[in-house]
Amino acid sequence: MVNTFGTIQFKEKPSIASTGVVVGPMEKDSPFAASFDEILPLENEKDESYEQANTRFIEKACSVTVQKGREQMENIDMFIGGDLINQLSPTNFAARKLAIPFLGVFSACASSMESVILGSLLIESGNAKSILAGASSHHPAVERQFRYPLEYGAQKPGTAQWTVTGAGFALLQNHAKNAPIITHATIGRVVDGGQQNPLHMGAAMAPAARDTIERHLKNTNSKISDYDVIMTGDLGKIGLSILKEMFQDEDSGVILQDAGAQFYGDDSFFNAGASGAGCSAAVFFSHIYKQLKNGVYKRVLLVATGALLSPLTFQQGETIPCIAHAIECRMEKRG
Amino acid sequence: MDQKQFDKIVERQTPKPVMFFSILKAFLIGGAICTIGQLITFFYIRFFPFTERTAANPTVATMIFIVMILTGTGLYKKISQVGGAGSAVPVTGFGNAVVSAAIEHKSEGYVLGVGGNIFKLAGSVIVFGVFSAFCVALIKTILVKMGVVSW
Repeated sequence: MVNTFGTIQFKEKPSIASTGVVVGPMEKDSPFAASFDEILPLENEKDESYEQANTRFIEKACSVTVQKGREQMENIDMFIGGDLINQLSPTNFAARKLAIPFLGVFSACASSMESVILGSLLIESGNAKSILAGASSHHPAVERQFRYPLEYGAQKPGTAQWTVTGAGFALLQNHAKNAPIITHATIGRVVDGGQQNPLHMGAAMAPAARDTIERHLKNTNSKISDYDVIMTGDLGKIGLSILKEMFQDEDSGVILQDAGAQFYGDDSFFNAGASGAGCSAAVFFSHIYKQLKNGVYKRVLLVATGALLSPLTFQQGETIPCIAHAIECRMEKRG
Repeated sequence: MDQKQFDKIVERQTPKPVMFFSILKAFLIGGAICTIGQLITFFYIRFFPFTERTAANPTVATMIFIVMILTGTGLYKKISQVGGAGSAVPVTGFGNAVVSAAIEHKSEGYVLGVGGNIFKLAGSVIVFGVFSAFCVALIKTILVKMGVVSW
């Protein structure tokens, strides 16, 4: 075993050449809305199931990404993606239309970063030049699978989070000009904080996020204040305060942020904030990407967090194991 | 950080619902639903040949019809977010569970989708409702036979 402790260093500097984010109607009031590429007015079209709509969101985000990268779909070496629906059907079905070599990945809401890490490795190894990587989630489809029917009146507690309808994809290329590069990645360990409440995911995922961030900092000899921002995927407002308290670091107050906590602003309708594989993908590949590209952020750590539960396991009384994958992005000086 | 420390942090950071307000809201919403039901009962007794005993059936049917519309238009979910148990316990909660499951599974067809899943949530209400009715009836029958109470 090479002693990397799960942190990979990329020497070939795989870069994020372009990104594409397509979201649904609930997301138009998000503070990040201006950075999204497309906001569709409906969760699903007439005569279209929610799962089919999820597929369409993925296809759209992929074509936007490729278009913005001034590439042709047939020139893309590989498509890597994941979602939250059983057997990854939306992503699989989208891959049917994209018709390029495809790898489906699942690590729940951490799928976006898992895709990017795998894509970067393929670029690093020289086996690919352009890779489409990302993840998606679709609120009604996810509700139906993990919780109750959409119109069922179950009271949601203040700790609950709202699954984002959105797909976020990135075009990874080696040596793209004026693009943020991925310098390191840390592959997460499955961490179980002993939490059992599926409506309090922030608490379940915080230990996984902490483990990955801590290992990344240690393995790269960095500290929190070296980063402009360390953003977790979907811990939500409560999960983020748990994470901050676990760190007990004076710099963690400002630098540690969470995409899910900010996604819907302060609207109490969404309780603790946003969640879903599309949440981290949408924010990382829109707002954060643009800030990197414009040089506002120089060095960021993006940590997507995923709760690896299924409706079956929590009904059987199992605790919720979680995982967090991280990538470190840097923007080098233009020129 | 060990498990105990972590549990403490989680407990400290997790906001606790204010019991008093939750109960008050459940009482008001649940009470409002029952008042509407009572008004419908009066309506059936006043304008149709129903007695207090027989008016229950058309009342339940009417309430479920109203809930069907509220569920289809997405309003019942909003009422439930405020009402909690107040909107789940009355027959309207049962209606909502049935109708929402039917809407949800229409995409899989009428037989395997709607038919197979319509009682997905409400099924346990029926099972335990029938079972507890059986137990109560059994106890009462025994008590009547023993001469402790009369029908």
